[in-house]
Amino acid sequence: MSLTTDEVKKIAYLARLGIDETDIDAYASDLSNMLDLMTQMGETNTDDVKPMAHPMDQMQRLRPDVATENNQRENFQSIAPQTEAGLYLVPKVLD
Amino acid sequence: MHNKTITELAKGLRDKEYSSVELTQAYLDRIKKHQELNCFITVAEDTALEQAKLADSQLASADAGLLTGIPIAQKDIFCTQGIKTTCGSKMLDNFTAPYNATVIEQFNAAGAVMLGKLNMDEFAMGSSNETSFYGAVQNPWDTSTVPGGSSGGSAAAVAARLSPAVTGTDTGGSIRQPASLCGITGLKPTYGRVSRYGMIAFASSLDQGGPMARSAEDAAILMQAMAGFDKKDSTSVDKAVPDYSAGLNNSLEGLKIGLPKEFFGEGLNSDIAAAIETAVNEYKKLGAEVKEVSLPNMKLAIPAYYVIASAECSANLSRYDGVRYGYRCDDPADLNDLYIRSRGEAFGAEVKRRILMGTYALSAGYYDAYYIKAQKVRRLISNDFSNALSEVDVLMGPVSPTTAFGIGAKTSDPIEMYLADIYTIAINLAGLPAMSLPAGLVDNKPVGLQVIGDYFSEDRLLNIAHKYQQVTDWHQQTPKGFE
Repeated sequence: MSLTTDEVKKIAYLARLGIDETDIDAYASDLSNMLDLMTQMGETNTDDVKPMAHPMDQMQRLRPDVATENNQRENFQSIAPQTEAGLYLVPKVLD
Repeated sequence: MHNKTITELAKGLRDKEYSSVELTQAYLDRIKKHQELNCFITVAEDTALEQAKLADSQLASADAGLLTGIPIAQKDIFCTQGIKTTCGSKMLDNFTAPYNATVIEQFNAAGAVMLGKLNMDEFAMGSSNETSFYGAVQNPWDTSTVPGGSSGGSAAAVAARLSPAVTGTDTGGSIRQPASLCGITGLKPTYGRVSRYGMIAFASSLDQGGPMARSAEDAAILMQAMAGFDKKDSTSVDKAVPDYSAGLNNSLEGLKIGLPKEFFGEGLNSDIAAAIETAVNEYKKLGAEVKEVSLPNMKLAIPAYYVIASAECSANLSRYDGVRYGYRCDDPADLNDLYIRSRGEAFGAEVKRRILMGTYALSAGYYDAYYIKAQKVRRLISNDFSNALSEVDVLMGPVSPTTAFGIGAKTSDPIEMYLADIYTIAINLAGLPAMSLPAGLVDNKPVGLQVIGDYFSEDRLLNIAHKYQQVTDWHQQTPKGFE
C-alpha cells in the first residue's frame, strides 16, 4: 500500500494541516510504511468480532439538564489570540 | 535529603528536621544544578515556595497528610491554572490554562508542593522525548541516551533525584517505558481509575495518568492521591478506592505468574531476557508459581494501536485551530489559511504524521478497512488478556526490548521508534493496569520488569512490586553523578 503525494496533499487539506512542499515525499513514504504495517491486520479473520471502542464497555453517564458552571467567558477569552466585544475574531468569512 | 523516600521525608517534616520550605528549596537548587538534563519545561519556583509555606503552617497545626509539604512535579500535560501548560508543543507555548486538572486539584488538596512542569514528547506522541518542542531530555544513566517517552522528563527527574516522585501519563507505554529506561518505578493504572479531566487528550480511549517514583511504596502514596471517581470525566469509573499502602507487605505465597511466550521471542535483547528470568526466579523464592501463557494476537497490537491512537489523535487535535487559544499564524489571508498555517507552523513532524494517518484512517472509504478493523482486533487482544488472566494472577515480561538508545538513533525511522513500545501497547488497548520495576542493569543501563494485572488490581500490583523491592536493591541504584 503506498500513498501518492497528491493523496498526502488531499489528506493534509482535510486535516487543515500545512505541510512544507519539500516534506511531502517524506510524509508519503512514512505513511505508506505505516499502512504496510496496518495491513497485517487483514490476515486475521474478524468477521464475527464486535468492534471494541472502549476498554470498559460502559454507558455514558447522564445528568439532569441544569446549568452547573458559572459563565467564564472573560476568563476563557483572556487567552485567545484575538477577541472583540466578547467574540472570537477570525478573518472575514463573507464578503 | 534527596535520597529519602516520601515516608522518610514526611517523618522528617513532622519531626521538624527540616521545613517544607527548606526541602522545596533543596530540590529547586538541585533542579537548577542539573538543568542540562532538560527535565523541566517550567520550574514553578515562586508558587512552589508559597505552597511550601502553606504546608509548613498545616504541619504545625497537625492538619497534615502524608503528602503535606512533599515536593512533586507534574508532567506538562496536566493543566495548571496560572502556570504555563505546553504539552511539549509550540502550539501551547503561550498557553496558561484557565483551570486545574483534577489530578492537580487532588495533589493540592493533599498538600503537595509542585516544583514545576516536566518535559515530554509533543502531545505525548513519542517514545524518546525527542519530539518535544523544548528539546530532548538526557537520561541520567548515560547522558548521550534518551530517557524514553513520552514521560521522559518525568522519569529522568526521578532517576536524577530532582523530585521525590512525579506524575506521568501512559497511552501506549509512556509511563512504563521511560520508567524502565531510567530505572524507576512506574504504574499505569486501569483505564478510568485516574481522572482525565484537564489532562490534555491524545487518544482518549487509551490515555491514563499514573505515578512514577523510586519505589512501589512511594508510588502507592501518589496513587492514593490520584485515584478515584470524577464526575467531570465521562469515562471515570465509579468504584471504591482501596488503601494502596495497606497490603504492600502481603505474602506472595501461591501467586500465579504467567509468562506470555510472545514477550520473549525475536527482537528481545538476550541480556534483558536474562534479567527478567532472574527477577522471575526471585518471585519463585517468594512463593510464586510460574507458567507459560499465550497472547496469540500480540503481533497485531502495534498496527491496531497506530490506527486507533492516530484516529483519536486526529479528532482530538482538531481543537487546535488558532481561534480560541494557542498558536495563531501571522496575517492569515482567510479562515482556511488561518487553520492551515497555524496548525502547520505549530505542530512538529511526529504529530503531523499521526494527524495525517488518523485523518486517512477515518476518511470515507477507508473507515471500515482501518478503524473498524482495528477496533475488532482490539477486542481479540483484550480477549487474549482475559483468557490469560483467568489462568494466572499476573503476567510478567520485559517493558522494552532494549535499554536506553542513543539520542538521535531512531528519529529517522518512525516505525523503528514505534517498535520500542512493542510490549506495552497491548495493555493500553485492553485498558489493564501494569507496572514497570527496576530489575537489573545491562552495560550500566536499567532494565524494567513489567507486571500486568487484572482490572483494578493496582493494590495487588503494588504489593507484588513492593515485596520484590524488599529482597532486591535495583530500585535503589543511582546513576553516577546524581548520588
